[in-house]
Amino acid sequence: MKLTKWLSLSYLILMISFLYAPIVILIIFSFNDQEFGTIWNGFTLRWYQAVFNDRQVADAVRNTLSIGIIAATTASIMGTLAAIGINNMRKGTKKVVLSLSSLPVATPDIVIGVSLMILYVAFFRLVGAGSFGFGTLLVSHIAFSIPYVILAVLPRFKNMNPFIYEAALDLGAVPFKAFFTAIVPQLMPGIVTGFLLAFTMSIDDFMVSFFTTGSGVSNLSLLIFSMTRRGVNPMVNALSTIMFLSVLILLFIINLRDSQKLKSRGE
Amino acid sequence: MEFIELKNIEKNFYVNKQERQILKGINLSIKENEFLTLLGPSGSGKTTTLRIIGGFETASKGQVFFNGLDIGKTPPHKRAINTVFQNYALFPHMNVYDNVAYGLKIKKFSKSAIKDRVEKTLSLVNLSGFDKRSVKSLSGGQQQRIAIARALINEPKVLLLDEPLGALDLKLRKEMQIELKNMQKNLGITFIYVTHDQEEALTMSDQIAVMNDGEILQKGTSENIYNEPKNAFIASFIGTSNIITGTMERDRKVTFLKTDFECVDPMPGSVVQIVVRPEDIEIEQTPRDRNSLKGEVIEVIFFGVNYEMKVKTGDFIWKIHSTKSYERGQFVYLFMATEALHVMEMERSL
Ligand SMILES: Nc1ncnc2c1ncn2[C@@H]1O[C@H](COP(=O)(O)OP(=O)(O)O)[C@@H](O)[C@H]1O
Ligand SMILES: [Mg+2]
Repeated sequence: MKLTKWLSLSYLILMISFLYAPIVILIIFSFNDQEFGTIWNGFTLRWYQAVFNDRQVADAVRNTLSIGIIAATTASIMGTLAAIGINNMRKGTKKVVLSLSSLPVATPDIVIGVSLMILYVAFFRLVGAGSFGFGTLLVSHIAFSIPYVILAVLPRFKNMNPFIYEAALDLGAVPFKAFFTAIVPQLMPGIVTGFLLAFTMSIDDFMVSFFTTGSGVSNLSLLIFSMTRRGVNPMVNALSTIMFLSVLILLFIINLRDSQKLKSRGE
Repeated sequence: MEFIELKNIEKNFYVNKQERQILKGINLSIKENEFLTLLGPSGSGKTTTLRIIGGFETASKGQVFFNGLDIGKTPPHKRAINTVFQNYALFPHMNVYDNVAYGLKIKKFSKSAIKDRVEKTLSLVNLSGFDKRSVKSLSGGQQQRIAIARALINEPKVLLLDEPLGALDLKLRKEMQIELKNMQKNLGITFIYVTHDQEEALTMSDQIAVMNDGEILQKGTSENIYNEPKNAFIASFIGTSNIITGTMERDRKVTFLKTDFECVDPMPGSVVQIVVRPEDIEIEQTPRDRNSLKGEVIEVIFFGVNYEMKVKTGDFIWKIHSTKSYERGQFVYLFMATEALHVMEMERSL
């Protein structure tokens, strides 16, 4: 084997093992029949059983899903409206607003988390009431999800005939009806992708949730974090495995949709 | 009372924060069941005029009357006018049936009534049986027909068409011209048609309004515009004409290329422009005692039915269409009958 080939192969193996070995080990140990060990002691599903029978976990799952769904839905609506607004802006303004609204995607989560926390504290002071909890958690998730929806919806305008809205008006539709029958269906693939992305990001998030929750409200990632602080427990492995697989499946669906879109465009 | 009337329509657009006047006082009246064409080069304001009639733009000044009512503030969905858009603007997420049915669904027609009318309209545009096809799978010509069907199913009083055949190839365009004209006659709908193709305008229209630079320069029948263009711009835009500058000292006598010609026009001014159509010039071997000019044949092209020849007199080159051909380098005499000379006032802008 040539040296360069050998080098690139070993690089690939090294990279994959660094990235995935911990996850693989985590998944394996979620089936390990031993409380504290790092030694394989036989196959079991009892950690999964424990996960599904745990009250705390049930609460966290409920919070995660409800926040994910509400945040993704709200973000889809607001992000779509924002995308329409951005699309109708003049070129110069468009560029500025687009960069501003996609900036959060590149901003470190910890910065978003801390700044939102400060914002809430300031807001509570100003109003003289309010506290951290489900509400602040939800608002934060909506906030960091909107850019993903905007970025998913905007490209849909590129291939859109700008006169389709007018055509609907011309055929007698009132503006509201024209918008929902002529524009929205064409944005739909982008909106769905945006929704799935937002939902995934919401489930996936730890950092922003960490800084903006309170009063004992936990989602799954916060729960896992607090569990690891109380000592390593194979339940954490099982829970992490479940989360990892759900996010993986979601991302897989999103990618599948994207590649199908590319295919249908190529026809 | 006119059916449609545009009164002193002005339209300003802001381009780079500067106000630009795009329409400079359009006056136009259109009769019921008329086929009116707005003809002009690209950028002359045809689309803007059409969009003001359709309600997609509001005029900066002036009024639009429909059956005597000022419709300037009526939104497009309340006008008994339908549009065939440039590039069709079909709904890509709907099949042919749903595209054509759209207007009737909005108007809450019953399912069976919609089905009936869609079938009738599709057969009208020769696309029966295409109901379930996706509009993306159709050819340009077929999409064009669907766009027409989608508008016609609403039985509009007026149909606006913005360069509807612009994207089609020549053969299909000719066929569609005839079909559209027949449709307009049979259905008794007023057509307002935009094109920059003078031949299309001449063959289809009852009335042509020639536009340039936000103004209507001349309005009349095809024969009118073709035979008596009001100025050199229209003459050159309408056809491949010979336009030459000359002088006029008295009525019915015009001088160009140092030769006096008899013509039918009274004197409009001392410096004039004379338009002579290529098919109105006769090439002869011998001179006549009047309206005859000597020249040298410098180019001969065969065009299927006739020849196009270029003949040079002094430094002016005549374009001539004839069924007879002459040799290059041959000296000939050009005869132009008195009626063949159209004398126009000198156009200042040209
Ligand atoms: N929305 C608009 N904003 C600015 N300028 C416009 C707008 N629409 C048309 N124009 C300008 O008005 C002029 C006439 O345009 P248009 O009516 O489309 O002409 P035509 O259809 O004859 O080609 C063009 O110079 C065009 O650039
Ligand atoms: Mg145009």
